[in-house]
Amino acid sequence: MIHSLFIINHGGDVFLEKHWKSVIHRSVCDYFFDAQSRADDPVDVPPVITTPHHYLISVYRAGLYFVSVCTSEMMPLFVIEFLHRVVDTFKDYFGDCTESLIKEHYVLSNVPWRRSAVKYTNNEAYFDVVEEVDAIIDRSGSTVFAEIQGYIDCSVKLSGMPDLTMTFINPRLFDDFSFHPCVRFKRWESERLLSFIPPDGSFRLMSYHIGTQSVVAVPLYVRHNISFKTGPGTGRLDLTVGPKQTMGRTVENVLLEINMPKQVLNCMLTPSQGRVTFDPVSRLLSWTVGRVEQSKLPNLRGSLSLQTGAPPPDANPAINLQFTISQLAVSGVKVNRLDMYGEKYKPFKGVKYITRAGRFQVRT
Amino acid sequence: MWDPKMLPRIAPMATSVGAAGFGADVRSGMAAGGGGGGGGGGDIEYGNEATPAGFFSADFKRHDDLKQMLDSSKDNLKLEAMKRIIGMVAKGRDASDLFPAVVKNVVSKNIEVKKLVYTYLVRYAEEKQDLALLSISTFQRALKDPNQLIRANALRVLSSIRVPVIVPIMMLAINDSVVDMSPYVRKTAAHAIPKLYSLDPGQKEELVTVIEKLLADRTTLVVGSAVMAFEEVCPERIDLVHKNFRKLCNVLVDIEEWGQVIIINMLTHYARTQFIDPNLQDGPGDQPERPFYDDSESESESEGSDAEGQKRKPYVMDQDHALLLRSTKPLLQSRNAAVVMGVAQLYHHLAPRSEVSLVTKAMIRLLRSHREVQSVVLTCIASMTTQRKGMFDPYLKSFFVRSCDSSHIKILKLEILTNLATESSISIVLREFQTYIASHDKTFVAATIQAIGRCASNIADVTDTCLQGLVALLSNRDESVVAESVVVIKKLLQTQPGEHKEIIRHMARLVDHIKIPMARASILWLIGEYCDRIPRIAPDVLRKMAKTFINEEDIVKLQIVNLASKLCLTNPEQTELLAQYVYSLARYDPSYDLRDRVRLMRHLVFPADGPNSRLGKYARRIFMATKPAPRLESSFKDRDQFQLGSLSHYINARATGYRELASFPAEAPDPTVRNSVVPLPERPPEPALQPTRQRGFYSDSSSEDESEDSDSDSSSSGSGESSGESSSGESSSSEDAATARTKARARAPPPTRGVSALRPPQASSSDSDEDDSDEEGSTSGSGSGSDSGSESDGSASSAAAPAAPPPAAPAPAGGGGGGNSVDLLLELDSVPAPLGTELLTPSLGGLLSPVAASGAATATAKADTIELVSAQFVPSEYRELVNPITGSGLQVRYRYTRAPHLYSAAMTSVELSFTNTTQQEMTDIHVGQKALTAGLTLHEFAPVSLLAPGGTVGSTLGVDFRDSTHAARFDIVTGGGRTVPVSLAAPMGEILRPVTMSDDLFQRRRAQLRGMNEAGGSVTPACCPTPTDVRKLVLAAVNVAALSSDTGDNERQLRFAGQTMSSGTLVLITVGLPAADGGDGAAVTVTVNCEKMVVGNMLLKELKTQLLR
Repeated sequence: MIHSLFIINHGGDVFLEKHWKSVIHRSVCDYFFDAQSRADDPVDVPPVITTPHHYLISVYRAGLYFVSVCTSEMMPLFVIEFLHRVVDTFKDYFGDCTESLIKEHYVLSNVPWRRSAVKYTNNEAYFDVVEEVDAIIDRSGSTVFAEIQGYIDCSVKLSGMPDLTMTFINPRLFDDFSFHPCVRFKRWESERLLSFIPPDGSFRLMSYHIGTQSVVAVPLYVRHNISFKTGPGTGRLDLTVGPKQTMGRTVENVLLEINMPKQVLNCMLTPSQGRVTFDPVSRLLSWTVGRVEQSKLPNLRGSLSLQTGAPPPDANPAINLQFTISQLAVSGVKVNRLDMYGEKYKPFKGVKYITRAGRFQVRT
Repeated sequence: MWDPKMLPRIAPMATSVGAAGFGADVRSGMAAGGGGGGGGGGDIEYGNEATPAGFFSADFKRHDDLKQMLDSSKDNLKLEAMKRIIGMVAKGRDASDLFPAVVKNVVSKNIEVKKLVYTYLVRYAEEKQDLALLSISTFQRALKDPNQLIRANALRVLSSIRVPVIVPIMMLAINDSVVDMSPYVRKTAAHAIPKLYSLDPGQKEELVTVIEKLLADRTTLVVGSAVMAFEEVCPERIDLVHKNFRKLCNVLVDIEEWGQVIIINMLTHYARTQFIDPNLQDGPGDQPERPFYDDSESESESEGSDAEGQKRKPYVMDQDHALLLRSTKPLLQSRNAAVVMGVAQLYHHLAPRSEVSLVTKAMIRLLRSHREVQSVVLTCIASMTTQRKGMFDPYLKSFFVRSCDSSHIKILKLEILTNLATESSISIVLREFQTYIASHDKTFVAATIQAIGRCASNIADVTDTCLQGLVALLSNRDESVVAESVVVIKKLLQTQPGEHKEIIRHMARLVDHIKIPMARASILWLIGEYCDRIPRIAPDVLRKMAKTFINEEDIVKLQIVNLASKLCLTNPEQTELLAQYVYSLARYDPSYDLRDRVRLMRHLVFPADGPNSRLGKYARRIFMATKPAPRLESSFKDRDQFQLGSLSHYINARATGYRELASFPAEAPDPTVRNSVVPLPERPPEPALQPTRQRGFYSDSSSEDESEDSDSDSSSSGSGESSGESSSGESSSSEDAATARTKARARAPPPTRGVSALRPPQASSSDSDEDDSDEEGSTSGSGSGSDSGSESDGSASSAAAPAAPPPAAPAPAGGGGGGNSVDLLLELDSVPAPLGTELLTPSLGGLLSPVAASGAATATAKADTIELVSAQFVPSEYRELVNPITGSGLQVRYRYTRAPHLYSAAMTSVELSFTNTTQQEMTDIHVGQKALTAGLTLHEFAPVSLLAPGGTVGSTLGVDFRDSTHAARFDIVTGGGRTVPVSLAAPMGEILRPVTMSDDLFQRRRAQLRGMNEAGGSVTPACCPTPTDVRKLVLAAVNVAALSSDTGDNERQLRFAGQTMSSGTLVLITVGLPAADGGDGAAVTVTVNCEKMVVGNMLLKELKTQLLR
């Protein structure tokens, strides 16, 4: 079982500790700091660290390390999942999870699933069907791998004890799914509908996964030409973004990010639309494109200045792409209807569809 | 499953993680989502200090004003002070000197203050034991409080105070609390147990009795925590679990998430001690399961002889084992990664090989989760893929590496990709690897090169390609890439000691440039080992090395010495002096290891007593011995010794407190110990149970040739069977059910009440009309009771209610006698032996009388039984399998006989007709190579020894299509050595067998198979068909039985029933006809209900085509 928990900020300060059994001195965190200093990147710190007497299991979220100390065998996922839930809970309570917020708040009041006799003047139930497209596009533009991760997030403010039933037009699309505990799994199994008494407020009703069988539409393409070998100390970059399979919708909030290799000192680039920034420290080039129209394809071109003397990088960096398409669930999942039983009033119901990029990567 | 009743319990999950997690008690957060239930949580934790930390003196001052605040009479001041103190505690500052001031506030009326005082107390009680004792009486009083939350809270704090003096008080409090009215208090008591145990292990015995009580608790809120206490205190007391096993399985879905994880883990350990290995019979490896029937066949054959009992019995899964698998399966859909992983490891360690793949999708889903979760899951998958390639094969692409993955995730994915690579997927994998090599992350590139090496050595097809690729990498600009390639090439060349002279020469050239010691050492070793291939280059390399010797790393020096020795032995003229020189240098080397080595070598290579000494003679053999090639295999290969998903598995080392997973017992321990007084809750019909049920059908036949105990097993499981069946809606009382069954079956004698009285009280008291789960348990109980009282034949046939006991068949004369069988019949958990010789009884229509029995069978189908009948239509036309042109004169035609195949009931029997169209005799026509996919099995036709010119001979082939339309591919070989490849795919309609049942049962079964399991459509035939036409058409296309007894033309709805050959899955077909006066162009609707959606859909397609004719 978890013996102790330490929360550590980026500077390496243990700013909160909690012991559930006997007190373990915080010097145990030194092992963690060792591992941290060995890792180049915060995410490279191994989740489980073995020390002579303890096991340190940690998660890294929102710039904070949550390090738990265990003394004996137990499922690491148990601890990891628990720590993530702690962070989720913080976020639920404080809206975010930062050091100052955690320090500030210490009164955690109790929020029940459903208070008895909940009463709202406006009874409303909103559902967001959010789909994230995960993809790897290879340098020639063909899709190596694409799948969809979907969520149904709800905000339900209904009086009394409503019993909701949600049906889909095409439930067979789902390859795999997981549910909020309120969903009656048996009914899903037999009838493919979601039947549940919702908790009060916002929660994630269901997550699903579509990929193995269906062909996933890839809404954007990127034409790229990155070269580091145009001359001594210079390189060239030319990117064009265009819509591919958008099903008639506009792709918005497009953002391209490239982690440049360490030889790149600076970028002199001009976008035909949007804004470009380059952070010379993290070497992150980001191009906020905005909306992509078919008529005028956004383009970014210019030169890169490289470290002279050092050999130019031999591989091109991958492009991470972000976008959103509103009013569309790219998989074609559609909510058929939402019925409410158990209460007399007529609720206001709304379903919103959003597609956005998940882990969308273009190899160059 | 996710019951609304549990809402209030699950509700505070999030809260209790936060509140209780940081509250006074970890356990309520960890084991028990319900922790805070309705206001109990909300502990106040971290404080904010008014000012940032100052000097120590300032601290003292502040402590003074804190004391003042605590002493004041105002609650809000006290509260403020406590908040600040707790804030200090959270920051790890010492606030122990405030103890006296704080502890007296334990009596405060203000609940907020009180909670904070509790938190403080728990933290410092150990240090200030004497003072802490002052507060004990407050808790003791609180334990008697009418408010359950106060009682629970008091117990929680009391048990968290680690002061040995209060052990007796804690014990007393726990003893009282486990019988508390409130489940919340009982739960808290369960949490207190491990704490007391860690404080004083001497209390174990008493605690075990408490745990036993808690385990028997029927509230889901308590069970999770009870099991947790069990796991911490007495995991070895497996006997405590027996009685609760079925209850735990049945309530598992309703327990909160963290409890589920603990219980699943406990049950995994339990099951490994109680059930036998489900994969015992198909040996190790990745092959698909062998068909079930093969074994049973050989078994029943040999059973006649004396070898009974000594032989390996056909494996039959214990019903409890099946129950465990079945009840954990829905949890794969949990949102909690730990639960999903728990189920995955349970399946990995306990499920039959064919079922393990059920967990794949869920595991893949976890990969989308947080990095840490990914890391653990990938580690598990990496270890699983060393054994179970096929499982993750379809998800190969999910393991492709992204540039944003953290480096250890990349390495894990690489490992998995390498494990998964097969001949068919290697090209995709290698293309991926190629992109990875260009990555900026050098450790990752190195790992990729290693992975390529492993692929090359595992998959012979690509060895050369990979080797070429690696050689190309030798000219890479990055030295670490080159170095890694050298090391891998060295290993590869060792596994492939063929002609790779060019590569070795190339590598010899590299020595001049490459700096990385490991690579240099590898090259030198290679040159030494294969110096005979490059006789001119090797001495020169040694010369260069001798020059640079003193500047080399130790590992390189060792290899130089090695090289010198080997060359000196093979080519003394050119290298003897060089070797002497190198030896001399090494002799004065700072490294004692090297000095040591060279001393040894000198005596071997330059023996003191001349080259003809004994050592000298053997030196060459010693140095130039063929070395075993290194095996490039997964580093995860040996991880399997640890339980999947455990900490030890992750770190690949035995963690403190790791409990070994027991290996399956050879003989299953007595399963009756799990019979409990608690009636079995409802068992939903589930596909996972299907095979078991199928076996139940034939229980009578198995009793025929099984030994006595397996006979009673079979009949008792028959009764378990009937409980499953009757759950569909038999709501009458037990007595009625029994009577109904008696009526349906004239042969069965009346039920014996005496036997049913032996059932637990709940069972016989079920006169109520409630249709709940208890009811089913009792129904089945008395059902079996009546059977056991009856004569042996009755017991067999009526127990197997849903099966097809042959009305015309002579009853089998097996059966255990009197008291013994009564005992055994009371258990519901064993499964009958599989299908035996049943197929030969005439009731199935046999081979010769296709239609005769069907009428009778339909007549008997009154009760809730599903009976096998013979085909109602047998197609007579033949189709061509091999035409004379491709078969060079041999023509083979086939038709489906729709009769059970002799060899196995799961096989579709195909009649083949061979015709010789040539002028020569054909001899010895037989089945050649079989290329069967997807678990298909084929029973060869009897070889045709001679086929005269123009002659025709028939033979029968049996194919188990595994309920799929995969084609069975095999070769037909004729005497002349001519091989004709053929491919035989049965339409869906031919892999069914007809069954009948009552209309009522049909409707009920159909109602259970709605939703996804229903496939419907409509066709509009050219003219309005009559029911008779439609019936004929359907029967011609699909081997099912028409159910409607009314054969008139007025009926507008036709019903047909069948089951699939292999798994016995029920298939229900409903054809709705338009009204008679509807005229032409009216649509005919067709609905197919089947648990297997693919079967249903394909059948629908076939039917639609057929109806359009």
